[in-house]
Amino acid sequence: MFDVIKTRLAQGYRTARYPKDAPTLPDRFRGLPVIAPQCRSSSCMHECARVCPVQAIAEPSFVLDLGKCIFCGKCEQACPEKCISFTGDHRLGATDRQSLLIDEKNRLPEIRPLDEARLRLFKRSFKLRQVSAGGCNACEADINVLGTLVFDLSRFGIQFVASPRHADGLLITGPVSKNMALALRKTYDATPAPKVVIAVGACALSGGMFAGHEQVHHGVEELLPVDLHIPGCPPHPYTILDGLLRLLGRM
Amino acid sequence: MKAGFLRSSNNHTVKIADIPVYTGNHFTEQLEKILTDAGRLCSLFAVRSEKNIKVYAVFADDLSAGLYIACGEFPIGGRYRSLAGTYPQVQLFEREIYEQTGLFPDGHPWLKPVRFPPVPLFPEIPETRIGETDFFRVDGEQVHQVAVGPVHAGIIEPGHFRFQCHGEEVFHLEISLGYQHRGIEEHLKGGPYPVTSHQMEVVAGDTSIGHMTAYARVIESLAGCQVSPFAQRIRAFALELERCANHTGDLGALAGDVGFLPTMSYCGRIRGDFLNLTALLCGNRFGRGLVIPGGIGFSIDEEREQDLAKRIAVVLADFTGATALLWKSASVVDRFETTGSLSRETAESIGLVGPAARASGCMHDVRQDHPYGYYRYAHIPVSTCDTGDVFGRAHVRWQEVQASVAFILEEISSTKKGSSTDRSAADGSPAGRLASESLTVSLVEGWRGEICHVALTDDQGRFGTYKITDPSFHNWFGLALALRDQQISDFPLCNKSFNLSYCGYDL
Repeated sequence: MFDVIKTRLAQGYRTARYPKDAPTLPDRFRGLPVIAPQCRSSSCMHECARVCPVQAIAEPSFVLDLGKCIFCGKCEQACPEKCISFTGDHRLGATDRQSLLIDEKNRLPEIRPLDEARLRLFKRSFKLRQVSAGGCNACEADINVLGTLVFDLSRFGIQFVASPRHADGLLITGPVSKNMALALRKTYDATPAPKVVIAVGACALSGGMFAGHEQVHHGVEELLPVDLHIPGCPPHPYTILDGLLRLLGRM
Repeated sequence: MKAGFLRSSNNHTVKIADIPVYTGNHFTEQLEKILTDAGRLCSLFAVRSEKNIKVYAVFADDLSAGLYIACGEFPIGGRYRSLAGTYPQVQLFEREIYEQTGLFPDGHPWLKPVRFPPVPLFPEIPETRIGETDFFRVDGEQVHQVAVGPVHAGIIEPGHFRFQCHGEEVFHLEISLGYQHRGIEEHLKGGPYPVTSHQMEVVAGDTSIGHMTAYARVIESLAGCQVSPFAQRIRAFALELERCANHTGDLGALAGDVGFLPTMSYCGRIRGDFLNLTALLCGNRFGRGLVIPGGIGFSIDEEREQDLAKRIAVVLADFTGATALLWKSASVVDRFETTGSLSRETAESIGLVGPAARASGCMHDVRQDHPYGYYRYAHIPVSTCDTGDVFGRAHVRWQEVQASVAFILEEISSTKKGSSTDRSAADGSPAGRLASESLTVSLVEGWRGEICHVALTDDQGRFGTYKITDPSFHNWFGLALALRDQQISDFPLCNKSFNLSYCGYDL
């Protein structure tokens, strides 16, 4: 018992003062990309689109789709005129899939809080059921992290629950493998209305790097209506937390 | 011992034409010989062409660092005598071969689907529907079934578990997976493609460095490309950091499963600290983009390495304090001990790998037995235990974290300040074509155990077949056996003590 108390003191207080203080992210972290204004007039050979392993950059309109992007940074390295750069901004979530299309106007992806009826129900107590549907366990791991004492998700009234019947919404990862489609549908049906669907990670948003495989769907929206899209591969825990809090109108 | 097989070694490329070929049951006899002689099966897989089905077997001899390869040739729609009944380590491989090529193992005691492919691969292979199989069933008074999944209660990947219980006691656990199947191997044919190296990092997203290192070494071997010692060192650091992060998370989760909250809370946080050290190197907590074919994707200067050393020493101190509580708490040790035991004989016969095997007293560790990259210069002691229970699996993890951190600290502190090492990143993939009509085996000791990648190239130097064997493929069977005669309430604890990958198995 004495050792437990001693260790408790040694471990200290570790919960981050988020959202009051901005999160500390590593210097090499790749967050929100920005596109320089000269991009459209650039005479480059569209190297960025050529090197993108997941076809997130559409030619010739120069639109970067954050829903497909895996934040590998290859476009940034390849662009001869340095038109694309990844910033350290972790805020990436969006209500509309369309607002994840980034061009040289660099409009921030936008999250609108839930409609009033659902907000009234969920703002101070929001219970989620997580479903992994073909996810690689990286998204899942960084969602799990939100429960650790650094993020302490439950101080915001958000919790992950064990059954869809106890849940206000689903948080889904993975491209939705064909083998998980039925289980996902049943879980959705078992969640009482009104409900919320949150898609997390490039796979859940677009199929990610498995888009085109006949064994998977192209993300959650192919099967269910989605209220919040959170890009990343995997999204940083702060990206997910930021998305959840803004969806609940708490930021 | 290995007469009749081609001897190769880790990351060594051989010509496919040099691999001895046996037809039909002559091949089975060869397998039987090497299995009787304590050969450990790394991978067994089939390639179906229009003419025939070729089965490739890769065995490891851990004492001589040898890999032994042979090929069997069968007609389409053929059959062979199954070895699964005598040598359980081949049982899942035989099922996988049947599911992927239709080659039928006569007398297989447990011929059930492996991944339930949603798209039939060949017309004559019977179609399956996910989760529908003839589950083993125990009948009798007071015997009942418990079905769990595919959607589980926590934030965890999907899979189906079927328990046959008598009261609290588990007679039998059957594990049926396939829900995470994404068709990775099928889509590697004709590769490598631009997306391939990224897909390798998500074969199992918690083992990005492990699988990516295995892949990078396949490419480097086939392209005849040298990797700088510095890049190999950073790769080893990244692999050990991945091991530390996952082991720490597991120790925390094991504490949580027996209701010991202090260690659970601390380890959950310390796991994140290890991930953040990987992010210090490359910006991503899982090490995405750090390992690339040809070297590493980021330059690491002296200052960054010193920063790593400084921070990891602090993390180790936190880890030591948090986990010491585990071993001091009689109630924790009591719950860990004798729960989910696997004997050494069972572990060896089912081909268990990684910390789970080492906890049962098997001395397998690819870093020691088939050293590659930086592990040829630096030796990390192998951690073992002989209890084979949850305690053993926890204890091995605990030792491995300390050994890995000690390795990183020692390496950094023994590097001369201002030495002229080339610390720059490699500038992308190795130039030049991959060797044609060749085969390469790449073994890596990931945090769950042996990762095995085998590539076979065609006449153009493209992947004809790319076979991935995640350690979970060997070990899920171990979890099922560990649950025998246990309380069903001990399932979470046993499950966490293995912590196997669903997507690494499902591919």
